[in-house]
Amino acid sequence: MNSPAPSPSEKGSFGSAAAMKRLKQRHRAEMRFKLYGQLAIGIAIVALVTLLISIFGQASSAFSRNVLTFDVRLDAEQVDPSGERDPEAIARNVSGFNLLLQDNLAEDFLPGETDRARLRELYGMFTRLAVLPIARKTAENPEIIGTGQEFRVALADDIDLYLKGGVSERKSLKLGEIQDVTGTLDDGIDVTFADMKAVEDLRSALETFRERSEGDNQPAALIQLGETWFRLQDIDGRTASLTYLAGASTMPAAGTNASTLVLEQSEENRTVSDRQIAWTMLLKEDGRVKSVFNTSLFSHSDSTYPELAGTAAAVVGSLWTMLVTALLAIPVGIFAAVYLEEFATKNRMTDLIEVNINNLAAVPSIVFGLLGAAVFINFLGLPRSVPLVGGLVLGLLVLPTVIIASRAALKAVPPSIRDAALGVGASQTQAVFHHVVPLAAPGILTGSIIGMARALGETAPLLLIGMVAFVAEVPDGPTDESTVLPVLIYKWSTGAERAWEPQTAAAIIVLLVFLVLMNLIAIILRRRFERRW
Amino acid sequence: MDGNVEDFTETRPKQAHTMSEMIKVDCRNIDVFYGDKQAIYDISLAIQDRAVTSFIGPSGCGKSTFLRCINRMNDTIETAKVSGQIYMDGADINDHSIDPVLLRSRVGMVFQKPNPFPKSIYDNIAYGPRIHGLASGKQELDEVVESALRKAGLWDEVKDRLQAPGTSLSGGQQQRLCIARAIAVSPEVILMDEPCSALDPIATARIEELIDELRERYCIVIVTHSMQQAARVSQRTAFFHLGKLIEYGDTEQIFTNPVDSKTQDYITGRYG
Repeated sequence: MNSPAPSPSEKGSFGSAAAMKRLKQRHRAEMRFKLYGQLAIGIAIVALVTLLISIFGQASSAFSRNVLTFDVRLDAEQVDPSGERDPEAIARNVSGFNLLLQDNLAEDFLPGETDRARLRELYGMFTRLAVLPIARKTAENPEIIGTGQEFRVALADDIDLYLKGGVSERKSLKLGEIQDVTGTLDDGIDVTFADMKAVEDLRSALETFRERSEGDNQPAALIQLGETWFRLQDIDGRTASLTYLAGASTMPAAGTNASTLVLEQSEENRTVSDRQIAWTMLLKEDGRVKSVFNTSLFSHSDSTYPELAGTAAAVVGSLWTMLVTALLAIPVGIFAAVYLEEFATKNRMTDLIEVNINNLAAVPSIVFGLLGAAVFINFLGLPRSVPLVGGLVLGLLVLPTVIIASRAALKAVPPSIRDAALGVGASQTQAVFHHVVPLAAPGILTGSIIGMARALGETAPLLLIGMVAFVAEVPDGPTDESTVLPVLIYKWSTGAERAWEPQTAAAIIVLLVFLVLMNLIAIILRRRFERRW
Repeated sequence: MDGNVEDFTETRPKQAHTMSEMIKVDCRNIDVFYGDKQAIYDISLAIQDRAVTSFIGPSGCGKSTFLRCINRMNDTIETAKVSGQIYMDGADINDHSIDPVLLRSRVGMVFQKPNPFPKSIYDNIAYGPRIHGLASGKQELDEVVESALRKAGLWDEVKDRLQAPGTSLSGGQQQRLCIARAIAVSPEVILMDEPCSALDPIATARIEELIDELRERYCIVIVTHSMQQAARVSQRTAFFHLGKLIEYGDTEQIFTNPVDSKTQDYITGRYG
């Protein structure tokens, strides 16, 4: 303590030069490692964010849908021809309701029309099955028959997609007032626009679209004059020849404001016709077509029409399947783990079992599907496509995961707790179930939930036991035909119509929400059980 | 006393009493193997009642292994094999008719590291009486808990927070809690496996005081690394070396006038 403080010149000679160099290298290695770690985390975050953005971006359009409002009188003749007010007969009378709404639409847009093709075009605004909810509602309240009612019907998927910006690139332009009109609605009219600049804009829009498209695609332009829609046939200078499409059948007067909708795709290249677009625009101006939150995504079952398809049956099917899986995998897994870890004597037999459990956890899931098909369906004769069989197969699939996780959790309980319990005279079973298992519970729970989450996302084994079947009814129990969310996603993703794409993304979100909820429950339960020692 | 324990007491051979009233546990020709390795070689040792017997010896000499024979804790180690007889009140505890669960309710144990259950202080003490049915009703259980905590000298420190987790106590308190837990099932013998090795000197002093008090009611066997501790708390001392019992006698005699040269070397600090 008495030695003098080192002089300033001695500072820096704390370590030898070689030691300092080594130290520097070590610091550099640490920095490098830290960087690698941050890089890895960064990549993971970017991947996750990209995934979420792409799914949510795609799904966003599926969460709203366009509906068509009808204000109709429920004609008893049409909706209940027998006059018996039998709810079942009314609910099944889809054609009657369909006709009622079709007539209502035809009255507004094609009064007195006899051309079947033209009528079919109009009727294509919504699908026949879209009236099913109305039929059911009427069946429940037969007293509304004969009264005027307001109903909402989902627009056909293509028109819905068009309104959401799909089907074709488009551009809206104002054309200003028209100066002069000649001709008749039936033979076509010639319109002279006042504003040359607007006409130039229209031409250049057409030209841009033409240049962009390949092959012999001709961009189309629909022109609205007041309440009436026309199709542009030809344009020469400021004069355009138009043919009538839809809307009020009165000759537009000079001075009417004109606007145009330029579409990149020609009518042949579109799933929505010019006329349907015109009707949709008119309905929209009328306030009869509205965008609403898509509740049918959650309340409806699967359908061959994307605008009517929902996840309800698959969600309930998944719930039933998960219930069966949990009932099989969790108790069996926990008891197997407790026995192997706490009671079984270590010998060749238990070693063999252990190796096999670890191997089973790595077996591809489709093999379990084959096992399920062979054992449960062929041998035991259980019905196919039911949550019971699906749950059993998935239960076997996740059993090794549950066992391995539970054993790890049991192993992590300090042996001193076992000694303490045995020391006060608890039997082995008491020590295990009073002390070891409760302490291992959070770990066991986590393992079980991880297993269940895996089961929730499994598709392949369920395809093999027929859970890919088309199910239009919400299953009532584990022996009802049903499907599950991942299989539904797989099925929707293979659908031909473009509208399935956002629908699929929306179903993925439903599945993710399902998963998050499960994990949330796991976290809450874990918090409750967690004890420190 | 609980009914079960009385059954055990009634079935024991009465002849044992004629040997010596003072001998509680009589071990004869004990051999212990861990797999192929022999850990204890033919040890015979008689432990006195209402006295503290300490086992000393260098690490790995088998003193803990021997201690664990007395309440058959070695049963929990799969590879361990014990042969020989241990008579407690005249009954061979290794006999098939003796259930280790019952034995352990009569032979309590305190471990090297305090190992309270991750439960409340109350539940830590009440667990043993509950599983052995020593108390009927809440009030009786409360009394058992209180008396155990009092005997362990912990009551005044914890009486206001019986529902606090046992793990929230300090190390010394935790160890006394473990002693209270052992006392709560009314054992006759208390085995202590280096109970102070994880404690500071003050906590150690409290435990030693406690051991001295408990001596009046129980037969206590303590394994210790500290020769001073053995000298302070025990009346009898056994010196183990390499799995063999080298010397066993009154503590005073062992520490002042050992017969064996190995004992002499050990207590004078030549090895260990």
